[in-house]
Amino acid sequence: MRYAYFPGCSNHASSKDYEQSTQAVARVLGVELAELPDWNCCGTTGVTSVSPLLSAVLSARNLAIAEAQGWEEVVVTCNSCFGMLRRAGDYHRQDPAMREKIDAALAGVGKKWQGQTRVRHLLDILVNDVGLETIAGKVKRPLRLKIAPYYGCLLGRPRNEFEDSEYPESMDQLLSAVGAEVVPYDHKAKCCGGALMTTKEEVALRLCYEIIGEAQDRGAQVIAVTCPMCQLNLDGYQNKINARFGTNFKMPVLYFTQLVGLALGLRERQLAIGKGFVPVKQVINF
Amino acid sequence: MSTSTLELLPEEGLEPGFAAQVASYPGGEKIRRCIQCGTCSGSCQMSADMDYTPRRILAMVRAGMKKEVLSSQAIWYCAACYYCTARCPMGIKLTEVMFALKSLALKEGYVSLKQHSPAFYKSFYEVVERYGRMHEASLIIGLALKTNPLDFVGLAPFGLNMFRKGKIEILPHGVKNRQEIKALVQQVQRLEVR
Repeated sequence: MRYAYFPGCSNHASSKDYEQSTQAVARVLGVELAELPDWNCCGTTGVTSVSPLLSAVLSARNLAIAEAQGWEEVVVTCNSCFGMLRRAGDYHRQDPAMREKIDAALAGVGKKWQGQTRVRHLLDILVNDVGLETIAGKVKRPLRLKIAPYYGCLLGRPRNEFEDSEYPESMDQLLSAVGAEVVPYDHKAKCCGGALMTTKEEVALRLCYEIIGEAQDRGAQVIAVTCPMCQLNLDGYQNKINARFGTNFKMPVLYFTQLVGLALGLRERQLAIGKGFVPVKQVINF
Repeated sequence: MSTSTLELLPEEGLEPGFAAQVASYPGGEKIRRCIQCGTCSGSCQMSADMDYTPRRILAMVRAGMKKEVLSSQAIWYCAACYYCTARCPMGIKLTEVMFALKSLALKEGYVSLKQHSPAFYKSFYEVVERYGRMHEASLIIGLALKTNPLDFVGLAPFGLNMFRKGKIEILPHGVKNRQEIKALVQQVQRLEVR
């Protein structure tokens, strides 16, 4: 299986652990990820809040590069990239005025895009292309962990592409297939606050407190995530959450790729486990 | 409350063209369909922190309360989680409307770049405009310089930890073809004139 791959800004900086575990797991599963040449930021909420059009154009540039190389699908690992790249496609297909503007901007730099490129999250690839049976067949060390699967906002919203907007379940199935006990989790698709952690910290801390709190109440030992921003907010700010709310959370927050990788027999170092802020040793000791 | 105690909306402060202006933004075309059911406000995890809930913001946009909407704090509490958009029974893309309102507030000078939220988004935009990709260190420096550098001293230990974990790049690794990104930004600025 070969796909065009859009790593996004985080995987080259704050979430190198996600990148490393993605590549390691992809290799074991025979998934080849060909990084798009000279890709740019999807725009995410930062650019979109200043210019709703620019982020659509920036996202479209990436998809135009993929199309020019003959790719029909682009794989992403970040929920925000997933949302933004799909948004460009939705506008291009459904809004003639936007299509005209996106096309005009791209034409100004000699690029062209038909708007048909399909954007897919790595979770979708693992569950629906590689398949749960194949992955279960490659398990070397069943996980035997209680996991709260946290999907965040954009896998199923604004609309269902491969996941439900209210109660997604594909990661539940994936983690169960590699031997984990997945807990029922009402906060699985709630918002971690995203960039509000920088601008409205008191709000984002509260949202993360609720997300971690339910995971703890459910007896989870780990929260599994599919997005660099969720990971940073839930893990990097846990000390602050404890100080603010008088809690004593020590909840490791790992990428689903790291957890699947462990089950596939990869070593902690190959999966960059331990790059988070909350120690994982008391939970994961292979 | 009896109707006699309700304050009437003073018409002189209204901008009747505001709804049309917002409707002209990406995703804004359906705002006139709002039935004020409040599903958006009930779904929004930030409603309680906002000075006007999402339902009220939409009503105010349609009423032409431009100054109140674009000076509100509410729009800066939207994290773009898309719950309101996913659940709206009338198909209104309220998350996209919130982007439009933030963009308008910045463009028409309704907010000061001394405030953290507008400064953050503007700084983010500037980093991407310059490098084509995000660079966190440049973002925080841009934000600190726009607002008050002292507000960000508290971030230093966190930043240092991120650095120790190998999660912060000192120098930006932008796209190679930065001219193309600049040209796209210029194209968009030209197309956005309305």
